[in-house]
Amino acid sequence: MTGRVGTLGAALLAFAALALLGRILPHWFVLVATLAFAKGLVALGLVVLMRGGLVSFGQGIFFCAGGYAAGLAMRSLGVTDAVLLVALGGALALILGLIIAPLLAGYRGIFFATLTLALSMIAYGILDKTYSLGGSDGLNLQAPTFLTYQPQTSQEVSYALFVLASLLTAVAAALCRIHFDSIRGLLSLAARDNEIRVEYLGASVRWVSGTNFIISGLLGGIGGALAALSLGHIDPDFAFWTTSGEFVFLAILSGYASVTAVFVAAVLLELVRSFSSQYFPNTWQGALGIFLLLVILFLPEGLGSLVRRRRRTAVKPAPKPVESVK
Amino acid sequence: MNVAAAIFVDGLIDASWLFIVAVGLTLVFGVLNILNFAHGSLFAVGAYTAASAVGWYYGGNFGPAFLGYFVMLGAALLVAVAMGPLLERGVLRLFYRRDEVVIVLVTYALFLILEDATKLIWGVNPYYAYEPYGLLGNVSVFGLSYVGYDFALVGLALLTGVLLWLGLNRTISGKVVLAVIHDRDISGAMGVNVTRVFVLAFTFGVFLAALGGAFTAPKISVQPGISISVILLSFAVVVIGGLGSVEGAAIAALIVGLARAAAIHLMPSAELFIVYLVMALVLALRPEGLFQRTTTRKI
Repeated sequence: MTGRVGTLGAALLAFAALALLGRILPHWFVLVATLAFAKGLVALGLVVLMRGGLVSFGQGIFFCAGGYAAGLAMRSLGVTDAVLLVALGGALALILGLIIAPLLAGYRGIFFATLTLALSMIAYGILDKTYSLGGSDGLNLQAPTFLTYQPQTSQEVSYALFVLASLLTAVAAALCRIHFDSIRGLLSLAARDNEIRVEYLGASVRWVSGTNFIISGLLGGIGGALAALSLGHIDPDFAFWTTSGEFVFLAILSGYASVTAVFVAAVLLELVRSFSSQYFPNTWQGALGIFLLLVILFLPEGLGSLVRRRRRTAVKPAPKPVESVK
Repeated sequence: MNVAAAIFVDGLIDASWLFIVAVGLTLVFGVLNILNFAHGSLFAVGAYTAASAVGWYYGGNFGPAFLGYFVMLGAALLVAVAMGPLLERGVLRLFYRRDEVVIVLVTYALFLILEDATKLIWGVNPYYAYEPYGLLGNVSVFGLSYVGYDFALVGLALLTGVLLWLGLNRTISGKVVLAVIHDRDISGAMGVNVTRVFVLAFTFGVFLAALGGAFTAPKISVQPGISISVILLSFAVVVIGGLGSVEGAAIAALIVGLARAAAIHLMPSAELFIVYLVMALVLALRPEGLFQRTTTRKI
């Protein structure tokens, strides 16, 4: 119980620190960090799935659903409240997840990955040609309001969005941590190790996978709505497979050991991208590829394993070598 | 009637190059258990190399025009020999013990790297290798006029399929490859040099990708971005046909080719969408694809 309170407390502290930091940090960094948090939320959803041994190459479909829900609510219904828009984005993705999850929960490995990829590419194909939704140009979003607060300058808007993103990130990370340490969360790890054993113990792997998929969808939708608000734009590329590939990249980079690592990795990646696309416009993708290869080769459990490894060695010093008996 | 005929012929032509590329992808999956995202990049490398070689050959007047086809074949072979062993021994080998999804991501990283490498080598301007395209004249089918080269491509696809099938099923080394596909541990225990089979099969897969690229190059403008559309399509073909199945790749290439041609003629906006719709339908009904044999579950 204290573990849960501790986790929530840490999350609130992290949020307060981030909100303060946002006041000091330069404007461009706030923009980059907001987008990174939005993508980090999607990657967190993927980490939830990966703990159960599944990888989706189509998380873009939820990212896209969240973004379009926000964009359409703003355009057609005149909703400008960012909190409500993000909630709508999450809700649409959740509904989508509830519809898709029963269809996909029985698939494993490469088949799950390819089916999710196919679904997101179908969404991409439809959106790309639906001219009432902007076709391949997508939709533009205006500056949002925040409950009763109406920021005047663009600086104010991006700071307010950053605070909202930090809050959602902190809450989502804390809730995921609590979920991971709960019985159902631990069942995911068991299913990853050996599904047959889990089934024989009386739990349903299908149910675990389905729930994880729905959670990942909800997080994807929230992330998508946030990203759409922070970019001020949404287009079908949100559902394109390269976008989904980026989320898999993030999740692998951070590993499934730590929820904080996901967001650290997201900020790192966004920074690397914005710098290298500015200085090496033609080779930054290749650099990203080399980086990814190195991470998979030398950090098979992701960035999160670095933290855990250090903590473990700090708590338990290495045992003294036993003298060999001759 | 005319539309149906046009759809059929267009679909057949589309299926031909798609089959050559996809069968390489499926072979690599069958033997190495790797779904190679970089396959599309290898297609692009093949197309660029062939375009450069064709430009060089026809620019210098080295010999009779029809030898240009052999120049293209040579370009594909060159790409395979240069890239196959390098990628398999240099990169993929390091990741064999990992999860199959992680290896997909490794090949995705290779795709990113190769994509930029081709841009560095060939630049971003399109290449044209139109000379071989017109050599075979025009053919009239069902009252519609087609370029003869397109039908030569169908012939090449048939030849590739038949040779591959014969090679796998009627030769000793082909049967060794089939044994490795079936169970690599047991074949290793029986004395098969699995490492060599891996290198050769991967190189052959690269060759098929480059061959598809080389012989498609005269039909298209070779430019950045072709690898993405190719990998998306051949990926769908392989999944529909069943991962690792040569017959499946042939049937699926035909299905995808016809579906795409039908979409282009009847509903142009659904071109990409329809391929994935077919794929989702097939996977929903037969999760393993059309031709995947059932495997026993290993506990």
